Amino acid sequence: MERQISNFIRALRSADVKVSTGEALDAARTVAMIGYGDRALLKDSLACVLAKSEAEKDVHDKLFDLYFAASNQRSSAQSEAGEREDSSEDGESGGQDAADAAEQMIALTQPGNEQALATAVERAAEAAGLNDIRFSTQTAYYAQQMVRAMGGEALQARLLEALQRSGAEADADAQRMIDARRALTMAARERAERAFEVFGAGETEKFRDEVAATKRLTALEAHDMARMKLLIAKIAKRLAVKHSRRRKKTSRGILDVRRTMRANAGYDGVPFNVIWRQKKKDRPKIVAICDVSGSVAAYVRFLLLLLYSLKEVIPDLHAYAFSYRLGDVSGILEENEFDGAMKKILREFGLGSTSYGQAWSDFKTDHETVIDRRTTILVLGDGRSNYGDPRLDLFSGFAGRAKQTIWLNPEGPGLWGTGDSVIPRYAPYCKQMSHVATLKDLERALDEILTSYS
Amino acid sequence: MAKDMTSGYEPLTSIEAITAGLAEVGYISTAQISTAVYLAHGLRKPILIEGPAGVGKTDLAASLGRWLDLPIIRLQCYEGLDEGKALYEWKYGKQLLYTQILKEKLNELIGEADNLSKSLGKLADFEDLFFSPQFLEARPLLNAMQQDKGSILLIDEIDKSDEAFEAFLLEVLSDYQVSVPEIGTIRAKVPPIVILTSNNVRELGDALKRRCLHLHIGFPDHVREQRIVRARVDGISDTLLNQLVRFVQSVREADIKKRPSIAETVDWARTLLLLHSSSLDEQFVRDTLNVLLKHESDIAAISPHIPRMVREAIGTDSGGRTASGYPDLG
Repeated sequence: MERQISNFIRALRSADVKVSTGEALDAARTVAMIGYGDRALLKDSLACVLAKSEAEKDVHDKLFDLYFAASNQRSSAQSEAGEREDSSEDGESGGQDAADAAEQMIALTQPGNEQALATAVERAAEAAGLNDIRFSTQTAYYAQQMVRAMGGEALQARLLEALQRSGAEADADAQRMIDARRALTMAARERAERAFEVFGAGETEKFRDEVAATKRLTALEAHDMARMKLLIAKIAKRLAVKHSRRRKKTSRGILDVRRTMRANAGYDGVPFNVIWRQKKKDRPKIVAICDVSGSVAAYVRFLLLLLYSLKEVIPDLHAYAFSYRLGDVSGILEENEFDGAMKKILREFGLGSTSYGQAWSDFKTDHETVIDRRTTILVLGDGRSNYGDPRLDLFSGFAGRAKQTIWLNPEGPGLWGTGDSVIPRYAPYCKQMSHVATLKDLERALDEILTSYS
Repeated sequence: MAKDMTSGYEPLTSIEAITAGLAEVGYISTAQISTAVYLAHGLRKPILIEGPAGVGKTDLAASLGRWLDLPIIRLQCYEGLDEGKALYEWKYGKQLLYTQILKEKLNELIGEADNLSKSLGKLADFEDLFFSPQFLEARPLLNAMQQDKGSILLIDEIDKSDEAFEAFLLEVLSDYQVSVPEIGTIRAKVPPIVILTSNNVRELGDALKRRCLHLHIGFPDHVREQRIVRARVDGISDTLLNQLVRFVQSVREADIKKRPSIAETVDWARTLLLLHSSSLDEQFVRDTLNVLLKHESDIAAISPHIPRMVREAIGTDSGGRTASGYPDLG
């Protein structure tokens, strides 16, 4: 396959666009059909073949412009390279001294030689393996390597020599070489930065994603929050896919003899209408109760984000929030974007002093009917009740009515039961009590919930 | 491509030809769309089209079929769709009916045989008879494979089907063949042009995406939308067309639940035409906004801005366009 296209695919892969071998072959066939001539057409075609989602299309278009801007110079440079190669090889084999190489480099930086300079930079980039660049911190290193590949050492030697000589002519010579060296370094740096955009940016982003996934939720800065939101959406989507597969279990293939016979009694028992046995599916419900009081202030955004994304995955979710009083927030979550929903919920219920006892009794009076034997109760909170009555009688009542109760706690197990935490007293009624402080914890916990939701 | 001599795909010679051909049947294409169709034919790959509802995903397939004069075979996906509904089914009733009618004949034949193994052998012969193409009910996928001149196979809203069905589609889409255990493998005479559409209800599997060309159709820009409305709505004046498209485009930029699609623009244009309006006016817009916006909350969100938006839609109108010779129905 052609180098140009295979390198482009490498660039795409490093930017998180998944390109399979089959697609790479398709790309090669596409290029064979379309040609390199019409850039806009090539861009549309490759976007069609290689990028498989809207996000990937954006990445593809960005990279295409970057990559083919660079490779344009390369291909026009290659035609000249042929001639130049001869001369430089002659120079080496002929035992020519470093002076000529240095002289050549200086000539490159003179105005009017831009094309030759671009050629030299491209060749140096190849020699230095610039395409392996991964992090922005590497640009300086690669720029240095490229200058060396262009013959920087010879220039350096000549420069030292010139500096040792004295006289106005030598000074001017030295200055000339210093200027040339700077110009070359700049060109190399620029090229390295562009290569980083193409081959490296994706890696950095991946790296950042990994960090965000393991970072503790409270320690996240504001600008990480947007990324986090995307991650949760990703997780939610993944779970939705898994979960829809679980729910979908039809049982075709087992004959329901009784119903078949009854249905075909009119046909003299000849089974024209065949009826298959079907498994009855429970339509399960999730009731999520979220603590938004002062003690979880640091986590509240995360808890609500979780509640919000759950609502997206499970449309028939009943969501409640409380700090002192408890209320239904399903409507708010449904009607608003996340930020708006959060503000509304916090204004109505938020950040007061906690009373789990009061919340349970509110729940008991107003909403208890939503709990039946198919319900999973999901509590998000730290179980710190300001030394109030935890109303275990009510909680155990709910837990008893429901299919199962799951508690997600942003505090680590080490803190459970310290101070006003009454978690250990609630724990016996919960099927599962999980510590959720990072996205990884959350992913695991959510997966467990949805497994039991099937 | 030499095999296409007898197929109906001959007009697909170049991207320009595709754009022009689709325009003939009233589908205003873009470079991306035409390129995708061209590649789909050239690489023999299905096209997966994603994008918001009502931007002409399904219509592309229909228009292709009309232009090339090929049958459009549509498979609407839904949760629970299985092979039986998509590929083929045995005509169970017919099989049963035949056995009932032939009961006596069968008795005779089996009666002739003197022992059990012989009659079993005879029965086995009939079984093959009953599982022959005669009793095969071709569903869309098989049907598309059997067209002599090729066909347009539209698999609509693939995202609504189950993952299992998606996996099953892979065989069909990569080799253009289906296997019926009782008969064998049926290969497409001329591979159909396959168009899959998705509204992103769920994320599609990577395997399926990898086998398809991916095309994203978004909302059209001002010029394309004007051309589309002109192609669909007869006798609309240039002034009104220009103004209403500009209005719709600005509505799309607003923060609303469901942004109006092309289909809604066209409906709205027809409505305004019926009401004999020759240019946008605030009262008309207010009265007919429910054609454009389908949610009460969206209408409420847009309402306060109507005067400004109408002014903008009319105000920046260039004088040159209005002076055309189109009949003004107002």
